[in-house]
Amino acid sequence: MNFILHIWRQATPQDDGFFEKHELEVEPESSFLEMLDALNERLIGLGKEAIVFDHDCREGICGSCSLVINGEPHGRHQATTTCQQYMRDYHDQNELWIEPWRATAFPVIKDLMVDRSAFDRIIQAGGYIPVRTGAAPEANTQPVAKPVADKAFDAATCIGCGACVAVCPNASATLFIAAKVSHLSSLPQGQLDTKRPAKMLARMEAEGFGSCSNYRECERVCPKQIGTDTISKMNKLLYQG
Amino acid sequence: MTDEQPLDSFSPKGPLEQRWTQHKYNLRVVSPANRKRYRVIVVGTGLAGASAAASLAEMGYQVKTFCYQDSPRRAHSIAAQGGINAAKNYHNDGDSVWRLFYDMIKGGDFRARESNVFRLAELSTSIIDQAVAQGVPFAREYSGYLANRSFGGAQVSRTFYARGQTGQQLLLGAYQAMSRQVAEGHIEHFSRCEMQDLIKIDGKAKGIVVRDLLTGELSSHLADCVVLCTGGYGNAFYLSTNAKGCNTSAIWRAHKHGALFANPCFTQIHPTCIPQHGELQSKLTLMSESLRNDGRIWAPKNPADCGRDPRDILEQDRDYFLERMYPAFGNLVPRDIASRAVKHICDDGRGVGHEINGQKLGVYLDFADAIKEQGADVINEKYGNLFDMYQRITSEDPTQQPMRIYPAVHYTMGGLWVDYNLMTSVDGLFAGGEANFSDHGANRLGASALMQGLADGYFILPTTVSDYLARQTPLEDKDYPEVQQAMNYSQSRLDSLLNAPEPKHTPDHFHRRLGKILWDHCGMARNEFALKQAIEDIQQLREQFWREIKISGNDKQLNQTLERAGRVADFMELGELMCIDALSREESCGCHARVEHLTSNGEVQRRDNDFGFVSAWQFTGDVVQPKLIKEPLHFDFVSPGIRNYQ
Repeated sequence: MNFILHIWRQATPQDDGFFEKHELEVEPESSFLEMLDALNERLIGLGKEAIVFDHDCREGICGSCSLVINGEPHGRHQATTTCQQYMRDYHDQNELWIEPWRATAFPVIKDLMVDRSAFDRIIQAGGYIPVRTGAAPEANTQPVAKPVADKAFDAATCIGCGACVAVCPNASATLFIAAKVSHLSSLPQGQLDTKRPAKMLARMEAEGFGSCSNYRECERVCPKQIGTDTISKMNKLLYQG
Repeated sequence: MTDEQPLDSFSPKGPLEQRWTQHKYNLRVVSPANRKRYRVIVVGTGLAGASAAASLAEMGYQVKTFCYQDSPRRAHSIAAQGGINAAKNYHNDGDSVWRLFYDMIKGGDFRARESNVFRLAELSTSIIDQAVAQGVPFAREYSGYLANRSFGGAQVSRTFYARGQTGQQLLLGAYQAMSRQVAEGHIEHFSRCEMQDLIKIDGKAKGIVVRDLLTGELSSHLADCVVLCTGGYGNAFYLSTNAKGCNTSAIWRAHKHGALFANPCFTQIHPTCIPQHGELQSKLTLMSESLRNDGRIWAPKNPADCGRDPRDILEQDRDYFLERMYPAFGNLVPRDIASRAVKHICDDGRGVGHEINGQKLGVYLDFADAIKEQGADVINEKYGNLFDMYQRITSEDPTQQPMRIYPAVHYTMGGLWVDYNLMTSVDGLFAGGEANFSDHGANRLGASALMQGLADGYFILPTTVSDYLARQTPLEDKDYPEVQQAMNYSQSRLDSLLNAPEPKHTPDHFHRRLGKILWDHCGMARNEFALKQAIEDIQQLREQFWREIKISGNDKQLNQTLERAGRVADFMELGELMCIDALSREESCGCHARVEHLTSNGEVQRRDNDFGFVSAWQFTGDVVQPKLIKEPLHFDFVSPGIRNYQ
């Protein structure tokens, strides 16, 4: 397969970026990131700087990879991360535009890599259950109804990649927060902290994310298919709390 | 390569079930008011590092944490799928701490310490309590109580799981506990920083040099002790189930400062990975071996059928070889036995799927019978996310046609040698999680990696680090010549990488070549001739690496090529030690078959009298001449038996 690639290059956060054009032949079985690896091998061989992008586990769970491909965060194949896009998915498109996440709260560091440390600070604001190591009671002391536990698990699968922010016209992190709130506040262990939604949302605003106005683009691109029902749940808790 | 006085692990004596309790009582503690005077550095913030950092910070120490990822939440612990063992006996099926202990000792093929393994089994139950209290959403039964499954060859149901994402959920629990301490000011965390060197002052580990991966700046950090929780070294093989960034650099630099490296050749090959599809593949993907609970493994009886659609191959033409060879355990035999059997079938010309270097490398893992018996819904509930993952990668649907699997490097049992307190042979340097060698012997029992990482981090390190700190005076902040030395060394290393005399090849080029040497000669089956060849090949490759490594850009900026080159340089040295260790271990054991030491029917043969020890290697100043120091293993409570799964 032959591709014409337009890849975002930006040397530093302060510099202006631009699209750099490359042409490349790849196997359909190659993953999207393996395609970039191959291009980087060629660039290094030519003495040029490799294209910087975040990636690590390459199995869709660490949340590092973060590319916008032809306008879609994580690419065209839904419910998956960039690292699990395969070139065969693009058999009918031979021109690809590859960009970083774009949001005020996720400044570009270099090329396709952005700074998502704001997510860490949002978790630090209240995305935990405060139990000291050693203070836990026997695990089966408190039964949790299976449907409740399953629902908490669904929300807990968030990988913190930030695609929800990248796709949102407001660059809001509401789905990210709602997923964590929904996970923790559904469980009896997490219900003591009623201020969790308010604390996390306040941090979101301070970090420069926008707020939610129900576009629901986030749930469309979420690689873990976390739904906006978590946002409803969070809002309910917010007004109760 | 000679040995002198045997190593002492300082394991407590007395009744096994009282050792940890008694030991804790014997250890010193630091009074709550004094704890804030002590500083601890934790490198690596996966399960072991994040849980250790959170727990130490909760106690009141000043903790600094470092990780190379952009957030601690991305550490590769997150990818563990299957589950975590705990001897809760919730199924009333005869489980106990003793049984879990025995299963781990046996699973490790009698190459781990009884004291350590018993402690791990003992702590397993507290980990589950802790995780549930943190909100880890483990699977539950309709009763509302925690669900368990049998896993990885265990004959009791003791594995707790969160669908196929147990590692993710446990890591997020530890990450959140750590985040709380960051917010409270007890932890200062540094993401996107990579350790370059260890700082020893008066022979004690007192700090590290790190490179800020964004700016390229080197900086030093001092503390009263250093804890390395930097994971395993499976990426030495290039293709493995590890994340791309996983590396050995932190523990290797520690090794070169005197920390003994134990059992480097003990690497686990996992049977249920998605087979390689091509030469340029960047990593392999593991599928949880929980799949073997319901999936049946087979290969065509006749090599002529290997290219056919598996659904067209009649039942009588299929060889369910694990069920045939090991009727008692069937598809649930331990990982090494399953892996070797799969390799054997493929070497026999009965592999299926993609051809790599002229050989089809794969066998079938079939869910058709399970779906028939239990229904598609039940099977999907158990394995849905694994099926999705498989389909995403291969574009084949496992509910419609059998999966293909092949073994891949997954976990490294070897690591820094540690004593019972998890302290390395460098005073004040601790190692936890996969970075140490301590608990898994020659093969790790399924669902025990998460358990070990968290036992080390939540419960063992906080206790033993406290004991160490109680015996130290807090380090004074002043200029130490050792700091500048370590900074200079780190800089000179970067300079050498960037200024190779004849730059020609990328880091990945060298890494792939190293990986192939290790996989071919130091993988599942080894022999003396091949290992000697591998050692020679690695030495040549390493020489070529330093001559021809080509890196674009410089060290004063974000430079992922430079990062990779630094890691490959360390793998080049470790790779040789792995082969040296494998060569010196003239027995088949755990994950590894030394082909000179197999029984007449091809099963592995341990040599307890000659090799019932831990091989701890000392850096002598010359990578090619490490010194072997032995820690004899004593079995007072279990007698090393022949592992028989037939």
